[in-house]
Amino acid sequence: MSARTREQLEEALFPPLVALLVALICGDLLIMSYGQSPATVYRLLLEGTWGNAYGFGQVLYKATTLTFTGLAVSLGIRAGLFNVGAESQLAAGGFLAALVGLGLSPAVPGVVAVPLCLIAAAAGGGIVGAIPGWLKVRFGAHEVIVTIMLNFVVLALLNWIVAAHLHVPETLHTPEIRTGAMPRLESVISAFHGSAANFTILIALLTAAFGWFYLFKSRRGFDLRAVGLQPDAAEYGGISVGGVWLRAMTVSGMIAGIGGINYVLGYKHYYEEGFAGGSGFLGIAVALVGRNHPVGVVLAALFFATLSQGGLAIHAFVPKQMVEVLQGVVILAVAMSVPEVRAVLRKGRKPVTA
Amino acid sequence: MNPISFLTQTLRIAIPYLFAASGGVVAERSGIISLELEGLMLTGAFSATLGAHYTGSPWIGVLAGVAGGLVFGLIHAIATIRYRADQVVVGIAINLLAIGVTRFFLKLAFASSSNSPRINGFGGSAAAHGFDNPLVWMGLLSAPVLAFFLYRTPFGLRVRAVGEHPDAAASVGVSVNKVRYIAVAVSGMLAALGGVFLALDQHQFTDQMTAGRGFIAVAAVIFGRWDPVKAGLACLFFAAAETLQIQLQGNQVIPSQFIEMIPYLLTIIALAGVVGRAVPPAALGKTGE
Repeated sequence: MSARTREQLEEALFPPLVALLVALICGDLLIMSYGQSPATVYRLLLEGTWGNAYGFGQVLYKATTLTFTGLAVSLGIRAGLFNVGAESQLAAGGFLAALVGLGLSPAVPGVVAVPLCLIAAAAGGGIVGAIPGWLKVRFGAHEVIVTIMLNFVVLALLNWIVAAHLHVPETLHTPEIRTGAMPRLESVISAFHGSAANFTILIALLTAAFGWFYLFKSRRGFDLRAVGLQPDAAEYGGISVGGVWLRAMTVSGMIAGIGGINYVLGYKHYYEEGFAGGSGFLGIAVALVGRNHPVGVVLAALFFATLSQGGLAIHAFVPKQMVEVLQGVVILAVAMSVPEVRAVLRKGRKPVTA
Repeated sequence: MNPISFLTQTLRIAIPYLFAASGGVVAERSGIISLELEGLMLTGAFSATLGAHYTGSPWIGVLAGVAGGLVFGLIHAIATIRYRADQVVVGIAINLLAIGVTRFFLKLAFASSSNSPRINGFGGSAAAHGFDNPLVWMGLLSAPVLAFFLYRTPFGLRVRAVGEHPDAAASVGVSVNKVRYIAVAVSGMLAALGGVFLALDQHQFTDQMTAGRGFIAVAAVIFGRWDPVKAGLACLFFAAAETLQIQLQGNQVIPSQFIEMIPYLLTIIALAGVVGRAVPPAALGKTGE
């Protein structure tokens, strides 16, 4: 391992480890405030997630959505953009996938229907992502605020369409799709019986691999990273910064949009108001902890999925809301330790010359 | 539609926005992005409920709510100023943290995952239309008082200076970080008052009771171009649209979802500069460098 790689690895790994430590301590305090033993609760948390096939299947299911939203956010950050809109991009993707699944004849086989739904999901998320990208390039509107505001607009619009035109009476969801359902993992590995894990996870891993190739092995990825590091220098080097930003926001939205199929095609088979349930915002945490690297994002998605499923496992002893506190603590601790760790490591490496 | 009830309802909806938007203006004018208004409000609402529940006094509730907002504001300040963490990330983290913390302690304190027991509030006589609630007056005054403070006092000048040209401010001896710490702390307390009003007005805390109001306040800050009075007017305008929607309910002229979109759409339009560009303070968000 070259010295450079080692330095990069250290800078990438230390902040999440610091955050984990801080979260463990906060978790101890919360558990003890409830008069329980931290060792017991943490053991239950692990047993309920990685210790049995059902719990693990649920972790995989939740990690699948988070991988998509985490990849989406991290791709934006690599281009120097903060996409806070993954929540509504995910919802728009799921919605369009459900529309296609509803519109197709049940006779259309899955091998045709699934790719069609997937394209629709990518288009849905891509459109929602492209709007802030375009507004930034054309008018200089800050993408953070636009994506936040657009979340509310898009979710309200989808809610209205479903409530006014598409819902099954007495519910907030559409009818079930007629074709395009993703098989559950339990159809191959029966141990996963009852869990929501489905084959969307393979698409998530493929997307992560695509993300890695795109970022680090393709010309466009090089341009994207160049713009993210130094937009002025990139522009001077002949890269169209606006073009890269528009493309990055669109692709980021598409990735988040595809994430919508995990619920719509893989789990419930319908679009339901609020199904995104914060996965888009958690994608920010996943990107941050995963240090914006596709491999890191997959691992971070597993971590946050474990926390979220683990909350259910410990609920009899400590309220599951504890994991929501820990999620916030982890994000805060990583955000605070990244610049700090970098400063400390670099100080140690380079002798001060003055 | 009765104009008196329209005005008083608009006011009642606007008060939390006014507090939170004032908080947002202070922090952002000093150069710190405040996406955490939602979390600050929620914390304020919950700590006010704790204070009012255990003492029976709404005034102790107000103090406790302000203290809660101060704590979260300081977390935000320490993370972004001392540790140079990304301001957007910290804002989002604080929002998530506030939801988690209030839920956890709601369960711990009141053994409920939805709401607290009933607490005492202010006033409440029908004839006074809410004007017997001191928080209503404080909310209404928050924008003009803040405007006076920002534009007419030396400290206000410093706040604006560190938000526009921190280096220039530092070169004339202003402690940039100190000014920002104070601005963000004040922002935390102000935004928390928005939540305090909600909890005392509804006589209880309910899970996620701020329901996106902090983001409407963020929208008002931008739509009001980081000026306290204009942001306050934006709050009143957004509240009036909401009141209209509530009072028109039943004769579904426009679906409620479209009324909900108004603040957010207007903010996007304002940012895109269709009617005069919204330009943020020059040093906003730049503590990480």
